[in-house]
Amino acid sequence: MLEEIGTTTEGDLIINVGPQHPATHGVLHLVITLNGETIKKVEPHLGYIHRSIEKMCESLTYRQFIYVTSRMDYLSAHINNHACALCVEKGMQVEVPERAQVIRVIMDELTRIASHELWWGAMAMDIGAFTPFFHAFREREKINEIMEETCGARLTMNYYVPGGLMADLHPDFQKKVKAFITLFKNKIDEYDELITGNIIFINRMKGVGFLSKEDAVSFGCTGPSGRGSGLSCDIRKLYPYAVYDKVQFDEILETDGDSLARYMVRIREMKQSIRIIEQLIDNIPEGDFQAKTKAVLKLPKGEFYTRVETARGELGVYIVSEGATTPYRIKFRSPGFSNLSALDTMARGGKLGDLVAMMGTLDLVIPDIDR
Amino acid sequence: MNNEELKTKITELLPSAIFDETGEWLNINIEPTDWLTFAGKLRNEDSLFLDYLFCLTCIDFKTHLTMVYHLSSTKFRHNIVIKSKLDFNNPEIESVSHIWKTAIFHEREVYEMFGVNFLNHPDLRLLILPDGWEGKNPMLKNFEDPVNMIKL
Amino acid sequence: MFNPTWAMTIEMVIAGVSVIGLFAALGLVLVLMERRVAAWMQIRLGPNRVGPKGMLQSLADTVKLLVKEGMTPDGSDKFLFNLAPYIAMMVAMLLMAPIAFAKDFRLWDMNIGVLYITAISSIMVISILMAGWASNNKYSLMGAMRSGAQIVSYELSAGLSILTIVVLTGSLNITDIINAQADGWWIFKGHIPVLISFVIFIIAVTAETNRAPFDLAEAESELTAGFHTEYSGMKFALFFLAEYINVFIVCAIGATLFLGGWMPFHIGNWEAFNHVMDYIPSSIWFFGKTFFLIFVIMWFRWTFPRLRIDQLLNLEWKYLLPISMFNLLLVTAIAILKWHF
Repeated sequence: MLEEIGTTTEGDLIINVGPQHPATHGVLHLVITLNGETIKKVEPHLGYIHRSIEKMCESLTYRQFIYVTSRMDYLSAHINNHACALCVEKGMQVEVPERAQVIRVIMDELTRIASHELWWGAMAMDIGAFTPFFHAFREREKINEIMEETCGARLTMNYYVPGGLMADLHPDFQKKVKAFITLFKNKIDEYDELITGNIIFINRMKGVGFLSKEDAVSFGCTGPSGRGSGLSCDIRKLYPYAVYDKVQFDEILETDGDSLARYMVRIREMKQSIRIIEQLIDNIPEGDFQAKTKAVLKLPKGEFYTRVETARGELGVYIVSEGATTPYRIKFRSPGFSNLSALDTMARGGKLGDLVAMMGTLDLVIPDIDR
Repeated sequence: MNNEELKTKITELLPSAIFDETGEWLNINIEPTDWLTFAGKLRNEDSLFLDYLFCLTCIDFKTHLTMVYHLSSTKFRHNIVIKSKLDFNNPEIESVSHIWKTAIFHEREVYEMFGVNFLNHPDLRLLILPDGWEGKNPMLKNFEDPVNMIKL
Repeated sequence: MFNPTWAMTIEMVIAGVSVIGLFAALGLVLVLMERRVAAWMQIRLGPNRVGPKGMLQSLADTVKLLVKEGMTPDGSDKFLFNLAPYIAMMVAMLLMAPIAFAKDFRLWDMNIGVLYITAISSIMVISILMAGWASNNKYSLMGAMRSGAQIVSYELSAGLSILTIVVLTGSLNITDIINAQADGWWIFKGHIPVLISFVIFIIAVTAETNRAPFDLAEAESELTAGFHTEYSGMKFALFFLAEYINVFIVCAIGATLFLGGWMPFHIGNWEAFNHVMDYIPSSIWFFGKTFFLIFVIMWFRWTFPRLRIDQLLNLEWKYLLPISMFNLLLVTAIAILKWHF
């Protein structure tokens, strides 16, 4: 039985999961070879929402292209923008004001919490528990309200510009964030009560979708998916950007490499995000929210690469400049793309029901994969 | 390891390597034919241990294509960039998907977007583009599609 | 005019009409109840637009389903495909026959009522297998196969836990079982073993009716909709309705066997207390208990994640079945030694 896994023989059941399927959370298409309920092979087919953002960016100026990147990993829009802004700032050698840096970190961490909350609800729904979805959205709504007030948008915020922020904070921002922190600290324990301690849940997750540390490195799995396998890959710690080197937080590592480990990483990461916000929210320095930059940005000839930690893992922005107002070539190293490539290895030998749990804990966002 | 140490070590492994230190990280220009053996050494040499290929992409410079590999070590935390110029009309390079498995997907993406032929890739098919796009490489600078592309 | 044949025919027609009426009414009420319970647990409002407080929502849904096109896929086995939902509904209707809805109010007082129920409810799986096979869809087939394995397995535990009450009462007749609880319901009289068999019964019937956390036959996130993926319009509605009616029936059986059916809450020979309890009509007792159990089963659905197929079968064959076999032995000993109250 086991040696058959990975090979296709006549009589195998081949199932198309997606592009329209409740568990793929978007238009991902997986062709699954099954033997009974046991998975022999998973083959992802991508591109259903490929918009060729990289090509689009080649004809947009350095001020314009940031807005397109909100549409990549739409759940960590702020963090995508951050990566692009950092890359342009690196090329321009602009010093971002301290105030903008602190606000960016607070916004990033709020985004991370919002993204993990959506993941938590959707993942629970994947394995058959419907209620957590609504509980998660109740708190996520609070973050969205905060975002809406300051950035004017709830999902694709476009709040960061090269050199700082587009606008200053809303006067109520600090008060609302503090109220949210108090609320969320109670609610996250409620989440644990509802799902984390549930025996059915633990049985569904434990030992499922094992990814070894070696495979995680080799497949380039980053973010919670990599850290669940014990791979230290938190860019915020390894290559700190903005003010991440000035705040106290732990890199969460779990060594089991199974779905439960990836789940626990995300749950514990939310608590760390709260910790970061708590340290910064009362210490937002006064000053400019934007550095003085020219109206038309031109990057010097050369190559610039920045890495940030999105809610899904390491996002790399690679800009090749020829000295013009538009990038010559831009490459987004998206975390979801690499994480998805490990799905086949993880899924082989598991049950069909496990596949859903694995996809849930990989936290796939399809626009991030397709770009 | 800092850049000087990396340079000495890499010169030992591949004497023909050309270094370029203008960027953030050490850039190494190599010939495509050297790539496969060199890649194996980079991955397996204990003092380098570049086990994490965090970005693999290609740039179209109109006269030639350049493959860019960003490598990092999860043990020593040093990063290097490998670049290799490919012939524009017949871009070919050895696949490194058996060394870094993430290259399986990334090379398929480069294959369909730039038409680079990866030799000995286990499964070189279109990944993102739908069937019928074989041979048309949308990320090349000379790609024209009057229907789907709007010129700004 | 009123010779026995005619009387019988008229009786049959009245019974038929009332069963169909009850069937429809229950469907509407239960769907609305499920949605309101779900909304309550998920901190939202639920249906509140159609009619007063959203009471007519399920009626509106029914009208929508009725006027929808009933598609039959091209590659399907058309005869079986169209037959399957009717079998599901017929099984649900047949199960109504021996249930005592109130004191002296039942369709058919047969002496093998419990056996009849267990026998008929096994036919349900045939309609699901039929639907899955005839749909010519891989998801449907997998759902049907899962459901087959699941229902056949869980019937054993359900049957064994029903047997504990039969052993205690010494009768298969539902009236006898209810009358035996005149001095207290079995769940209180039968010590811990009956409590265990009650818990096993609830777990097993949740699985038998394909309700979450045992809804592997439908498993939305894995199999899109399982065995009824290809069904639409009224044919889908029949499956949907049959599921709810089945939930009602298993809860009614649970209420009858363990909670005394229409029998009011009596304690031994506290005559005065028992008389006060008798003032509450028996139908309210029956429906109250049944709807309480239905609520419990809905509560399961909106709380628990789904099991995986191997865990589902492990639970039955490795835990529930041995426990209920041993439990039956214990109850038999109690019955013989007259240790129950």
